[in-house]
Amino acid sequence: MFRVTRRYGFAASHRLHSIELSEDENRRLYGKCNNPYGHGHNYVVEVSARGPLDAVTGRAVDTALLDDLVRREVIAPFDHRNLNVEVAGFASVPPTSENLGYEICRRLKRNWKEVFPGEWPKLEKIRIGETPRNIFEIGADEIE
Amino acid sequence: MVITRKVEFSASHVCRNPELSDAENQRLFGMAANPHGHGHNYVVEVSLRGDPDPVTGMVLDLKELKEILRREIVEPYDHRFLNYEVPPFDREVPTTENIARDIWRRLEPRFAGRTGQLHGVRVYETPDLYVDYFGELPCSA
Repeated sequence: MFRVTRRYGFAASHRLHSIELSEDENRRLYGKCNNPYGHGHNYVVEVSARGPLDAVTGRAVDTALLDDLVRREVIAPFDHRNLNVEVAGFASVPPTSENLGYEICRRLKRNWKEVFPGEWPKLEKIRIGETPRNIFEIGADEIE
Repeated sequence: MVITRKVEFSASHVCRNPELSDAENQRLFGMAANPHGHGHNYVVEVSLRGDPDPVTGMVLDLKELKEILRREIVEPYDHRFLNYEVPPFDREVPTTENIARDIWRRLEPRFAGRTGQLHGVRVYETPDLYVDYFGELPCSA
């Protein structure tokens, strides 16, 4: 079994703020991440796919196809954007790395078969690092 | 418990399948098919799974692991043109996947019957692309 992992990056701003909570509660919960004008990160995203070896190419995943998919669905819409304002979904859901991870995984899963129509490779998981010290991992099976 | 040790080697390669046309190779492998080859600083992480020996407190003596990795990986691979100098890449495309599998095959017998069993081989071709190989397991495992 082969697992192929590709690393990507994007830079974006966000503000952690829940519309379910009061100003005071948001401030208490999120601290400086709740500062009103937001702040930014250099996000690192790892996308892992698994599959058997293709006998002709000696590869398990065509990384050019994977790159096109990730660039189109994740990097292009997220890079140098304000996530709260410019990425659908984060107007009402706080753009924590947990929620960003779910969103990235959902976008890749939704478009996977169009790019990889065969049985393999399968999307296995994604990891997102907000900073080098905070890393979040989501299995493709954890979401619809 | 899983323990991991890292080694590095630098090598050149070209990704082409001789049974395919130039255009087809270019389409499949892109710049990696450029005929005179190119190189990478490969990083290999080898993971062993096992319980620490009750006397030594070690899964495997790291000095010994270091020597095995030097002999089985660095010695044959470092500063070589993989297609020309390192079998099986005279007949297999030296993709990151095939390199990970070849390293697994070289290492696995070295740990047969030991407390630490080979668990996984991770090969970084660049910091942005790596492959994990866990042996001849079905993909659903």
